[in-house]
Amino acid sequence: MSADLEPTIGLEVHMHLATRTKLFCGCKVQYDVRPNSNVCPVCLGMPGVLPVMNREAVELSVRMALALGCTIPDFAKWDRKHYYYPDLPKNYQISEYDQPLGVGGHLDIETSKGTRCIGITRAHLEEDAGKLMHAEAGNYSIVDLNRTGTPLLEIVSEPDVHTAEEARAYGEALRQLAVYLGVGHCHLQLGQMRFEPNVSLRIGTGPDGKPRYTPISEMKNLNSFRSVERAVAYEIARHREEYLANPAKYTLENLGKETRGWRDDEGTSFLMRSKEEAHDYRYLPEPDLVPFVPDRKWVEELRAGVPELPEKRRRRFIADYGLSEYDAGVLTAERETADYFEELVAGLVGAHSEERQVADYFGELVEAVARLRTSGDWRATRGLKACGDWLSQHVRRTLNELKISTKEFRNRLPASKLSDLVIISEEGVVNRNTAVEIFDKMVTTGKSAADIVSEENLSQVGDSGAIEAFVDQALAANAKAVEDYRGGKKASFGRLMGEAMKASGGKANPALVKDILQKKLGG
Amino acid sequence: MAITDLTATEMRDALRRREISAAEATDASLAAIERLDGQVKAFLAVDAAGARRRAAEIDKRLAAGETVGMLAGIPVAIKDNMCIRNGLATTCASRILGNWKAPYDAHVVERLMAEGAVIVGKTNLDEFAMGSSTENSAFGATRNPWNLDCVPGGSSGGSAAAVAARMTPIALGSDTGGSIRQPAALCGVVGMKPTYGRVSRYGLVAFASSLDQIGPFARTVADAALLLQATAGEDKRDSTCVSVKDQPVPDYLASLEEPVKPLRIGLPKQFFGKGLDGEVEKVVRSALAVYERLGAQLVEVDLPHSTEYSIATYYIVATSEASSNLARYDGVHYGYRSTDHADMIDMYMRSRAQGFGDEVKRRIMLGNYALSSGYYDAYYKKALKVRRLIRGDFEKAFRKVDCIMGPTSPTAAFRQGEKTADPLAMYLSDVYTVSCNLAGIAGISLPCGFTAAGLPVGLQVLSDVFTEDRLLRIARMYERQVDWAARRPPVCEGAA
Repeated sequence: MSADLEPTIGLEVHMHLATRTKLFCGCKVQYDVRPNSNVCPVCLGMPGVLPVMNREAVELSVRMALALGCTIPDFAKWDRKHYYYPDLPKNYQISEYDQPLGVGGHLDIETSKGTRCIGITRAHLEEDAGKLMHAEAGNYSIVDLNRTGTPLLEIVSEPDVHTAEEARAYGEALRQLAVYLGVGHCHLQLGQMRFEPNVSLRIGTGPDGKPRYTPISEMKNLNSFRSVERAVAYEIARHREEYLANPAKYTLENLGKETRGWRDDEGTSFLMRSKEEAHDYRYLPEPDLVPFVPDRKWVEELRAGVPELPEKRRRRFIADYGLSEYDAGVLTAERETADYFEELVAGLVGAHSEERQVADYFGELVEAVARLRTSGDWRATRGLKACGDWLSQHVRRTLNELKISTKEFRNRLPASKLSDLVIISEEGVVNRNTAVEIFDKMVTTGKSAADIVSEENLSQVGDSGAIEAFVDQALAANAKAVEDYRGGKKASFGRLMGEAMKASGGKANPALVKDILQKKLGG
Repeated sequence: MAITDLTATEMRDALRRREISAAEATDASLAAIERLDGQVKAFLAVDAAGARRRAAEIDKRLAAGETVGMLAGIPVAIKDNMCIRNGLATTCASRILGNWKAPYDAHVVERLMAEGAVIVGKTNLDEFAMGSSTENSAFGATRNPWNLDCVPGGSSGGSAAAVAARMTPIALGSDTGGSIRQPAALCGVVGMKPTYGRVSRYGLVAFASSLDQIGPFARTVADAALLLQATAGEDKRDSTCVSVKDQPVPDYLASLEEPVKPLRIGLPKQFFGKGLDGEVEKVVRSALAVYERLGAQLVEVDLPHSTEYSIATYYIVATSEASSNLARYDGVHYGYRSTDHADMIDMYMRSRAQGFGDEVKRRIMLGNYALSSGYYDAYYKKALKVRRLIRGDFEKAFRKVDCIMGPTSPTAAFRQGEKTADPLAMYLSDVYTVSCNLAGIAGISLPCGFTAAGLPVGLQVLSDVFTEDRLLRIARMYERQVDWAARRPPVCEGAA
């Protein structure tokens, strides 16, 4: 029996869907409102109420399942999962037990050891419970049911994860995908995404030729990527220790599956329920809801509507736009940023379309860029790099300063306006520093770059006659510096250069100033 | 003629002709309740002030010549498992709900209000509609107006007794395994269980969701048609309620007087076998003879899975769903909470132990057992398979016949306390009614005569899904030939 003790980890991930209303009633999905103010008889599970399926929640779930490569079965049904807890007003949760809406898929994740493919077992929709809070003083608890009935998509992975790093990367990739698709907002601090890793170690192979394992630890309700990584690492080490101390006893067949909690402050896990204390959920097909029988045409429409996924888009940005790995990663981390970048490129190459979404015309865009590249046009080379730089530098700075999202920024400054600025900057109509000033004015006033340039008379002076006059002016007024320079003090060149620029009001093309100054100084 | 002797349709016409006012109709109903309900105990709560206010409002609208609904000014009683937002508690005849007041109206209550009905009060039932005698009420048993020592049947015994004793002309009940038809039979009134999905269940406190259906009680077929008309139809809040696009609601009253010809009546031998009281059988057969005289053809049909397996199947499906539906009564969010608990789990256990009655506890335990892991396949899953076979029996039969007839209940009203010690004997009162719920079809019970002891006997007529219009016409064919509806129960005599 070889004891390689390879960690075998599957994850159950719960995410709140970005629906307007709850899963089975008309209450809005909202956070940070007064406790128990966002409730109605249906989500309170009052006598006589009935659930009504939220179609938007089903649509978002199917979209996510499709993006994960899942099959959407012809029939999915709702079930009641029973357990008694005060945060669950009906004492059962409506979920999908044995016939979920999505089965069999996969997700590629990036790790320090390269790309890994994690299998997806299933995706199903269910309702969230409320929140129970225990009073600090006194022997009572209070419950807030605002969250009750919030649509929750549960995604269950195959036990394909083998390290704590992978567990974290998997969680992050799911989050990125859900946000990209608009399926969930996934704000971890709001509890919109929660993780339950199932950790076990493989203990070689048994006499029957089948793999053997240490008991499975189901870690409950981790709510940050950091806690996922730490809890999994801790649990792997704990299993290894327990197994090595008692290899005959510490096995899955002896101890089964146990439920464990995680103390984030201490960095330790603790036993919540052993196999013997496991709930019998007494599943019952939900008689108040009709089964979900998806229309195939509708599923195909949703499939067609699944946007290009982040990883694929990152690789395409490298291939089509010649961006570096790093730049492509930054620009595709969020869908809004990636869309804005491509809109910017579209403006640059003259392929912009106000009416259409980037996803609908990026093919044409890529072709236009390729044509320009063949003809050696600057727009297909340094122009693309410049677009990326504008986004990662000045746009990002503005987002931070104004505390707004890329989406809000896009409303203030559409990519078509920013691309005009990129063009006049790259073509030397204004110099770089002036371009940044214009950018800031565009953000605050909403005016076009051209208007700001003409109103403030900012266009760069590239006329050599005019520049010669500025240079002459500088030379005449700084005879001492001229003398120093000619006497060998080369540093004086910078001083004279600055004086000539000042004389032009900062508008002179610096390269031309330099040329002319050098000629006049005789070298 | 006393106002309380008017049927709902007669009352409607009299109101429209301004011969009586809604206030008079309501006062007459409230007076009858005042006079009789001390003995019958049909009502758990009477809203006299609310009913009078409502009647005054209807009178004002009638006086102003406004269009009023089809039930304008008519007093109606509601089984106390339907939610009303008018300040009356919704109790389900259980202690567990405490003094819970619904913050919303059931769909049927909204419909009644929209049609101008005057809701006078809420009627007694077996706790959570679990029972066949209305003895399982935490607030005392209802008595049969034809013999106060007998049960009115159940679980909608309060509504059946209220209509039989002419306290209201019509009432709503709910039927999960016979809870409208059996008390209708035992109280000598018309009671109908519509097709599953015909009437919204929104606001009906669930017993067994896949079986529950709301339906009318009345003294005449026409009144039952009227109340069904007012309550049937689509409701987006109940996913199991059919859309009117798929199943339009016909005008039940318009076609009521048209006999169904030719009429083929199916008689399942299973409905006339062991356990059927001889006197009841004789009365039912004489009713069948009336149909024969009208030209109907009596055809023997076979429902091999009904009766033999239907009670077993029913008690697995119904209790499983009930154990789930009743899980929410735990004392945490509303209703009764024990005061003497040690911790949270103890609070759950004591609240439920003290709040529920024995029959409810018995069914919760049965249901939890059937759904337990390891037993699910043997019980619940198998019951669902038998349920499909029962549905198949009816589908097959309805290819040959227009309806199926038989006794509603194997016996007439039994005595108070007679079956309370023997739950299984009580369960067998529903032997002819449960298969209708399992199959989801429509059924009605009609008064068809009396036993020698003067107790009413009911004729059950079953018809295929969404054929309530034809079912009502078939019932009306018989009703035209007899005058059972004119008989008044002893409790009313000398009081009019």
